[in-house]
Amino acid sequence: MLSPYPQLVIAGFRRHSTYRQAALAGLTTNIVFGLLRAAVLLAVLAQRPVVAGYDVAAAVTFVWLGQGLLTVVLLWGDTELATRIRTGDVVIDLGRPWDLQAALLAGDLGRAGFAVLARLVPPMAFGAALFPIRWPERPATWALFAVAAMLAVVVSFGIRFLLNASAFWLLDARGVFAVWGVVGGVLSGLVIPLAWFPEWARTALAFTPAPSLFQTPIDVFLERGEPVGALAGQAFWAVLLLGVGRVVLHRGSRRLVVQGG
Amino acid sequence: MADRVLLRIVASRIRSQLAYRTSFALHVVAQLIGQGIELVAILVVFTQVTSLGGFDRDEVVLMYALAATAFGLADLSVGQVEELPTYIRTGELDVLLLRPLGTLVQILSADIALKRVGKVVTGLAVLAYAYATSGIDWTPLRVLVAATAPLCGAVIFGAVWVAANTVSFWVVDGREVANSVTYGSNFATSYPITVYGPWLRRVLCFAVPGAFVAYFPALALLGRPDPLGFPLWLQYAPPLVAALAVGGAALVWRAGVRRYQGTGS
Repeated sequence: MLSPYPQLVIAGFRRHSTYRQAALAGLTTNIVFGLLRAAVLLAVLAQRPVVAGYDVAAAVTFVWLGQGLLTVVLLWGDTELATRIRTGDVVIDLGRPWDLQAALLAGDLGRAGFAVLARLVPPMAFGAALFPIRWPERPATWALFAVAAMLAVVVSFGIRFLLNASAFWLLDARGVFAVWGVVGGVLSGLVIPLAWFPEWARTALAFTPAPSLFQTPIDVFLERGEPVGALAGQAFWAVLLLGVGRVVLHRGSRRLVVQGG
Repeated sequence: MADRVLLRIVASRIRSQLAYRTSFALHVVAQLIGQGIELVAILVVFTQVTSLGGFDRDEVVLMYALAATAFGLADLSVGQVEELPTYIRTGELDVLLLRPLGTLVQILSADIALKRVGKVVTGLAVLAYAYATSGIDWTPLRVLVAATAPLCGAVIFGAVWVAANTVSFWVVDGREVANSVTYGSNFATSYPITVYGPWLRRVLCFAVPGAFVAYFPALALLGRPDPLGFPLWLQYAPPLVAALAVGGAALVWRAGVRRYQGTGS
């Protein structure tokens, strides 16, 4: 029998490619914030030419790559599963002849694929037109970056899956999402390079999956540090989060009570 | 009579938000942290440098605090206008237009999001700290500026929210476009406007009058001449700008409602 998962990847891609106007509107926000964040980082670098290894080129690349990756990695949104848990529709999803987590991950990878075209490439092109972007020097970096970005999507999916699954206990998961939405950006290296944080904060963050989301792919692109170890770290978090997600889904679905059933 | 109806509506909406307690508590926490997260970014930046755009840490924190308090108050009172695209898409706006109450008032009161109080709390706490520690040489005029600046800022942001979201009458699902103006100007005003290039400054600090929310009042409080060379009276112009912004937003809103034809086929 044909595996459904590749089909789901394609379906995810096509589903998101229908909202072109929304993608265009979202780009406006990415670009405005890219300009603002770049201005702030450049004002910092006006004081000192190099701050914690970031010169002007590295800093603007950090900003525009971050704005581009934002919708690919998807920090916010994606509350569909939580809504389906609250309404009880999740029963239908659990009853289908698939592995629910794998199916959702497949759809998410398809979504991310479309986002690379619609949301990563344009802000990078815009940034490159106005700022001195630092492009990779080694050709292999492009391949490593592709892997890092994909692993970032999987880690992000793992986190979002757990947040969604909290609806089995809380019913309304929006509060959980709101907390993650506000802390996620700063902790994952979307707002300020994590290298600028004080030593203790960097050490603490190294024990969390947060840097895997943005800082790691950006570091790989900027050729900062040793890439293979960084990818291994991402892979570790991806596997761990997906594993915990499975356990939580199993526990949660046993709590499920279907009305009128 | 209409007022009493409105009060009842608001009271019922507030009760409905307390239904899922854990989620509500987390929401408030999220708003508390959410508004504070930019402060974290500012403090991290100042671990690396001693001045940003010609201002030291305490001065930037003062600007951030003014912007955060104003934004929190605006979000609490008119943040609901963000839902306009949903009202238009679902056709619910038709229902609102038929009711004998102001359309905008109905939208704004549809969900007095209590959780948004969190933002105001963070803003006020940092503002109190900034007023106490940034070495302001208090005079009666500066006390007046300190008291009115967050309110004028809130009115300016409120007007910007309404005007920006009105774009939804012209563009289907214009929420993201509006966001880039509303959240964009909130971000922009949290930093001294000296850090932006001339273009960005014209758009997000003057066309959208963000500079009058935090930058000019902060200069007035600190008694600093403007490094950009703008005239002194602009530092005391926020009340005037707030009034103009409300007028402008009202015109845009009316034009939008007049244009509205519904989404039906």
